[in-house]
Amino acid sequence: MRTPLYDTHVALNARMAPFGGWDMPIQYEGILAEHAWTRTRTSVFDICHMGEFELRGPSAQADLERLLTQNIATIAVGQARYGYLLRDDGGCLDDLTCYRFGPDHFWLIVNAATCADDAAWIRERCSAGTRFEDISPRIAKLDVQGPRAKEDLESAFGVKLPDLKYFRFAQVELGGVPVVLSRTGYTGEFGYELYFPMEHALAFWQRITAGGAIKPAGLGARDTLRLEAGYPLYGHEMGLERTPVAAARGSFMDFKKTFIGSAACVRDRDAGCARYLCGIRLNGKRAARAHDKVMQGDRVVGEVTSGSLAPSLNTAVALAYVDAALTAPGSALEIDVRGTRLPGAVVALPFYKDGTARR
Amino acid sequence: MDTPRELRYTKTHEWVRWNGKVATVGITDFAQDQLSDLTYVELPTEGDSFSAQEEVAVVESVKAASDIYAPISGTITAVNKALLDKPELINTDPYTDGWIFKMVPDDVSELESLMDADQYESMNPDEEN
Repeated sequence: MRTPLYDTHVALNARMAPFGGWDMPIQYEGILAEHAWTRTRTSVFDICHMGEFELRGPSAQADLERLLTQNIATIAVGQARYGYLLRDDGGCLDDLTCYRFGPDHFWLIVNAATCADDAAWIRERCSAGTRFEDISPRIAKLDVQGPRAKEDLESAFGVKLPDLKYFRFAQVELGGVPVVLSRTGYTGEFGYELYFPMEHALAFWQRITAGGAIKPAGLGARDTLRLEAGYPLYGHEMGLERTPVAAARGSFMDFKKTFIGSAACVRDRDAGCARYLCGIRLNGKRAARAHDKVMQGDRVVGEVTSGSLAPSLNTAVALAYVDAALTAPGSALEIDVRGTRLPGAVVALPFYKDGTARR
Repeated sequence: MDTPRELRYTKTHEWVRWNGKVATVGITDFAQDQLSDLTYVELPTEGDSFSAQEEVAVVESVKAASDIYAPISGTITAVNKALLDKPELINTDPYTDGWIFKMVPDDVSELESLMDADQYESMNPDEEN
């Protein structure tokens, strides 16, 4: 599938590659340059491939409490909260963010690759009083991220943007178009996720990038940015084979309620998981990659789920599931990369600690 | 893409500059463009011997690692240590400052089996634009 910006990306000489069933831009100028620009100024990412669901009706909140791990009742109007969609066995169908627009009105933002399955799963489990709609085909998503995102976006549209706290959103008008402006993102930097009608995607992209301060960035930089920020990527850190307790040790989960998969999560919380997700900072620049084995002596003690050079740290880092006893920061480990042992140590996440996301 | 006429090429995108004694080896402009930003280079040890098509070095981009193969059989006489701090030299100057290693061939005639610039260019897909 292609987003409405496909031709624009090709005209910009972007390197395109398949991602979650979509043909997406991996890089324009280069991953390192786009990464650095996002950390220091402002980048725009075409995220039209991600899915948006709308749930409305008197039973919508109760349905979401049962379907999702995060507490829904305490999400205020204009607030978003991250959590998980689980199977009965606790396996993770997706990680997603729930937005509340009103007492009986919610949006869910889901991953591209899982969108169709998520929609089927949720639709089947909604009560008669809940109207579910997959609004992905008509909602565009652009992420504008970086420490100067507010000023640069204000310049692009000649407006003043509201001050929003982290994980809060507002419905604003930009260039005469209604936009959901959400102070969220996937880079570790200050910035926004913008949702608006799909037919304006090209005009918005052109307006946002016209001044030159906001530059296009691809999914390559998005991946190194999220990795430095310690954020999981569904299909790498999250999946059907384990509960999210192993990834986040019970965060983003309300254990005071019953939700689909909660019994498995309580079990993992109380009995402990065999392995937990942790960050490993390597001593050199050579990167470990997904599926490389984590070693201590001759013992396999874990497996890498994501790994790359961390451009902002100038050293390689990895996210890995590691035996529970070895996950304390400072724990010395090696990663076997095609027969070479790369030494490193467990570090507390995020890897990159100067991100402006929460400022 | 730049493909200097005086060099010889392999199917695995190495170039070879032969001065009559020593073969200097690097990766082509096409290869560096495909790999994009290089972030790490693992070099062989001087004095080590390799057979043609054997893995000699590793270059890594942000996204992936790629092996560099010996174009011919021989012994490593020099490695480009500047790449350890500046792997991006392969991106900016693939045929000059971005050279990777030098080797003395076991059998000079092996050089004849390498491709010339025209053959190498015809092997690669047309540049997309």
